[in-house]
Order: sequence, then structure tokens, then C-alpha cells
Amino acid sequence: MTATATSTRTMTMVAAINDALDVALGADDTVHIFGEDVGVMGGVFRATDGLQMKYGAERVFDTPLAEAGIVGMGIGMGLAGLKPIAEIQFAGFLYPALDQILSHLGRYRHRTRSRYHLPMVIRAPYGGGVHTPEQHADSPEAILAHTPGVKVVIPSTPADAKGLLLSAINDPDPVFFFEAIKLYRSVKEEVPAGDYRVPLGKARLVTEGDDVTVICYGGMVEVVQKAADAARAAGIGVEVVDLRTLVPMDTETVLASVAKTGRAVIVTEAPRTAGFHSEISAVIAEEAIEYLRAPVVRVTGFDAPYPPFTAVEDVYRPNPLRVAKAIRQVMAY
Amino acid sequence: MVQCLAPDGTVVRPELLPEPAVRLDLYRQMRRARHFDERGWVLYRQGRLGVFPPFGGMEASQVGTAAALTKNDWLFPTYRDTGAALTLGLPIARTLAYWRTSPHGWHMPADLKVLPFYIPIATQYPQAVGAALAERRKGTRNVAMAFIGDGGSSEGDFHEALNFAGALNAPCVFILQNNGWAISVPTRTQTKATDLSRRADGYGIPGVRVDGNDALATYHVTREAVERARSGGGPTLIETVTYRVKPHTVADDPSRYRTEADTAGWDAKDPVLRLRAHLLGAGLMTEPSEAAMLAEIAVEFEAALAEADSYPEPTPAEILDHVFAEPTPQLKQQRAQILAEEQA
Ligand SMILES: Cc1ncc(C[n+]2csc(CCOP(=O)(O)OP(=O)(O)O)c2C)c(N)n1
Repeated sequence: MTATATSTRTMTMVAAINDALDVALGADDTVHIFGEDVGVMGGVFRATDGLQMKYGAERVFDTPLAEAGIVGMGIGMGLAGLKPIAEIQFAGFLYPALDQILSHLGRYRHRTRSRYHLPMVIRAPYGGGVHTPEQHADSPEAILAHTPGVKVVIPSTPADAKGLLLSAINDPDPVFFFEAIKLYRSVKEEVPAGDYRVPLGKARLVTEGDDVTVICYGGMVEVVQKAADAARAAGIGVEVVDLRTLVPMDTETVLASVAKTGRAVIVTEAPRTAGFHSEISAVIAEEAIEYLRAPVVRVTGFDAPYPPFTAVEDVYRPNPLRVAKAIRQVMAY
Repeated sequence: MVQCLAPDGTVVRPELLPEPAVRLDLYRQMRRARHFDERGWVLYRQGRLGVFPPFGGMEASQVGTAAALTKNDWLFPTYRDTGAALTLGLPIARTLAYWRTSPHGWHMPADLKVLPFYIPIATQYPQAVGAALAERRKGTRNVAMAFIGDGGSSEGDFHEALNFAGALNAPCVFILQNNGWAISVPTRTQTKATDLSRRADGYGIPGVRVDGNDALATYHVTREAVERARSGGGPTLIETVTYRVKPHTVADDPSRYRTEADTAGWDAKDPVLRLRAHLLGAGLMTEPSEAAMLAEIAVEFEAALAEADSYPEPTPAEILDHVFAEPTPQLKQQRAQILAEEQA
């Protein structure tokens, strides 16, 4: 939240991301953007639209179709002093790059005793709710969060997307930046112009309430808000915490809220077993058990691949009804 | 580049001509494929098919290659290879179901070894090597055929597969369809290589470059490769040089990355019209006999569409089916949760 942010403009999340990239490219000529279809086409979601035209094909360029190559090359660029921003076309397609990510991305600072570090950002659209084909709707954030040395950011609003992305780009360490496909164009809000930053590691209180804390991030925030609105109408005070960053996680905000409400519901669209929701739940169990008035409840996807079947896709992804039920459940305990 | 027919249908390599019955069958299969592609667009606009990647203009590349297989062989198709899958015998109704986002599109007939269309790029290539090795281990003469695009041939999996197949002498046929584009990225941006068939050299296996719009040529070179693989001669990489005249998917807007002029020359190379001119010229087909063939194809398609329409929609709990042979306690609990929610 720097002082240079003076005026604002109404924009979608994808426009805000484009704006952040534009600001970063304009401010620092070590910033480079690359990936599949990010140049001429401006990305399949248009997040990099117009940037090659403005900054040239040396700094914004299409790579061959190879995710391990994209991330590995970015690591080399980062080691040698550039600021690489890679796009993985869909988070479900970052798996070929996992060797570079798990074996290297998070380890360089550690294994060179900070002689080298990686100021790299990897952006990846993720999540469901838009009826995509197989593997386009995966939510693999827990894999990254489980990788030491890698930060994980997932915005839920246009302004946050811009502010968090600029913080990610200016962070000295590697940051994974997941963008909920569902939110790219569905919401608009005022976004500060210029070098606007939102710090990593600070959660956002979406709404305040005294009875239940609902912790969520990314594509689930709007789902949770709907459930919270309904609960509020029924007289239940719901405090919605948007984590914004999973690594580092703002445990302070989470714990303070749970200490206040005594009840916690965690909502993600990732598969249930070993998801980041489990981590949040464990932190609450370790640090705030004495405040709990009910067991923590997780609302998640299922232990099956995300279904590409339009007719039943919405069963997989948590909806406001499922969240509302969890809220009732912790209230009734 | 191997070619049998010139774009106008005249024979340039008579020694490559397959028997008349084969030529006619290749034509029929290309027409079936094109019919699917053309009807697919209409069905998409009517909301009766989901987003799918068209392949019109690439029929010779898919039909001529897949036609060299028998039903005992394996096929590993990408999302763009509907034409290849139909040629090997994947029922039209199942294919429609797949692009309708129905689980019925994942139920492959028991007498076929074709996998559901692969969405992640290149990952199926090493799997084809494994299937090929398994066939050899079992003592069969069956082969595995895998498809990939020019873009996909940049992925590590592609190179690992070629290397494995060569080192292990796997009975594999790798089809690399060079259709000029990986979404918005032209082949010249994808790679500095100008002859992708030469990639085989690095792995010590034969590489063949063929006119991908000439069904007789793709059939000829693929049959040779299949024969070589069957008889213990190991893998082959075949680059079919073709063009994606259509958008990447029915929802894509190619005007963002290419001009009409880029595409125009390729209409004159249309693979279906090329074989048609040859068949009519050689007296193997007449306009009335062709009309009868097209009518049959249309009837077959509409019957398949009716069958696809009759497939029931999936039920919510189905999203948890087939994760394990025996559902875990967690899956059982999650299924109960879905059923309870349905009731509520
Ligand atoms: C591993 C992976 N990365 C990215 C994608 C997204 N994607 C889908 S199609 C495509 C281009 C493929 O081009 P090519 O291999 O030439 O095949 P074509 O579509 O031309 O048939 C891309 C990048 C994907 N499906 N899988």
C-alpha cells in the first residue's frame, strides 16, 4: 500500500493482473515475461495482452511448449540477475515442471547459503467453476505450499491481484501466484493505479462476525461470502478470512479470529485428503484448541480427479449451500 | 517429403498406390471424419456439443496413419485426433459423448485398445512405449501408435519416449502431426528445427517426413513403419506435414495470431478433395457412388447422435466412481455426503 497509488480505475481481475505486469515491466527492465501463448496472443486469458507490443519480444516472449523448460530456464535467468515471470497456461499443466520446482526452485537460496536467490514469479490459472476440459480445473496449491522455499499467493479480488502480484514480483524469493479462472472476469472493482502493493503474508478480513470464522482464499471467497450473507440473515455472525497468501500464512489473523468466534470452517476446492485446509486445521488445533467450541469443519472438493462432466461439475466444487451447512454444523455442536 | 498424389490428385509415385479397395476405404474414412468435424461445429453452436478441437484439413494425417493399424494395436490419441480414433473403430456415439463432457465418452469398447483423448500434452508418448514393450513381452506382434503435435514435440516426455523406444527397440509408431501451430505459436517460434522428422536421428531411429495432406502417402509410410515394428525392427517417427486450417478449438479466435493469407494456400491442398480427384479420375468412384457413400455416412452419424442423446446424464455420486477398485473409507464417506446433499 505505497503512497504512489493515487487514482483508481474499475477493472476485472485479469485486467488488474495485466496492469500489474505492465507496471513491473515499466519499472524494471530486468523483468521478463514468458510462457506458452503469452506473446502475440496475449495469453489464453489475455493476462499479458498488449505487453509484447509495448515492451518488445525480448522481454515478453512465447516459449516452446515445455513446462520443465519454462521453469528451468526461468531459474537460470533468475540466478543470473533477471526477474523472470513465467506463465503456466493452466495450473493442471505445471506437473511436467514439478522436477524443476521441487528439486530446485525453492532450494537455491538454501543450498548456496544465500549466494544465489530466485526472484521468480510463476503465474498459473487454477480452479473450477467454468466447465473446462479434463485437468484444466485442478487446485494443486498444497503441492507448492508443501515445498520449502516457495511462497504461494492466491488473490480473490482485482485490487488484491494487482497489489499482491507487484509484491510477488518485488519479492527476492520464488512466488507461486495462482489465479482463480472463475474470478478473472466475474468481478470488477476499483484498483489503485501505479505501483500499488499489498504485502505478502497478511490475510484480509472480508467481513467481521462473532460466531464463526470461515477461512478461505481465491475462488472460494465469493462462494463463502454468499453463505456468510445467508447466515447473517439468519442471525449468525460470520467472520470471513481471506488468507491471500498460503505461504507465508497469516496465522495471527486466523488465530485471533478463531479466539474470538470459537468456531472454524475452512473452505477450499482442492481434494480433501492432505489439502492446505488440513494445514490450517492443524494450526488451529495446535494454537487455539482452548478457544474452540466445536470441532473444525473442512468444506472441500473430493478425493477424486476434478470431474470434467458439465452436468455434475458443480457437485465437486463447494457451493454456498455446502458452506452454509458447515456453518450450521459448527453452530449446532 | 514422401508424396503419392499431387494436390490436384494426379499420381506422382505410382509405386506407392495401395490397392483400389484400400484407397476407397481411406476416402470413406476421411469423409466420416470430416462429417464428424463439420457436424460437430453445428452441434457446438446448438449447444449439443461442448468445446472441442476441430481437425478438418488434417484427415489424411489422422486417417491414413490410423488405418495402418489393426484392432489389436494400441492407439494413444490427443484431443485433436478424433479422426484417428474413429478410423480405428471408436464408435461415433462414444466420441460425441466425450466432447459432450459425458463419462460415457470414457467407456471404451472392450475390443479396442484406444485410450480416451489425452488433454495434457506429450504425457502419452512414454506410455505408448510401455504398451509396446508389454505387447512384445507377451509375445504378440501388436504395436502401439501415439500422436503428438509440433508443439508437443518440444516437451521432455516426447524426447524421453523416443530415446526409450530406440534403446529398448519398442514396437512403437510415433506420429508427429506438424500442423503449423501450437495455439498461437507457429512452428518457427516453437523450434529452430525445420524438419521435425530429423529429430529421430538423435535417438537412432528412422524418421520419415510425409505429405500429411496425402492419405495415400501417410498410409504407405505408416504401414511400412507398422510392419517394421511388428517384425522386430523397432520404432519409427513419422512427421506428417499438414496445416490446422481451423481454429485451435471451436472457441478460439485465430485472427489474433494469423492472417487469412496464412491459411489460404492450404485450402488448395485439401486432403479429402485430393483423394476424391484421384478416385474419380481413376474410375474407382463415380459421383453417384460417392453420393451414396456420403448418404450412408450421414445416416450412420445421425444414428450415433441419437445413441449419444440416449446416454443418461451422470449422477452426482458418479464423480467419485472408479477412483480405486475398492473405494476407500474416505470415498465411501464422501459418497454418503453427496447422496445426503441430493436428498436435502
Ligand atoms: C502439458 C500441457 N501444457 C499446456 C497445455 C495447454 N495447451 C493445450 S493445446 C496446446 C497447444 C498444442 O499444440 P500442438 O502440440 O502443436 O498440437 P495441436 O493443438 O496443434 O494439435 C497447449 C499449449 C496442455 N494441454 N498440456
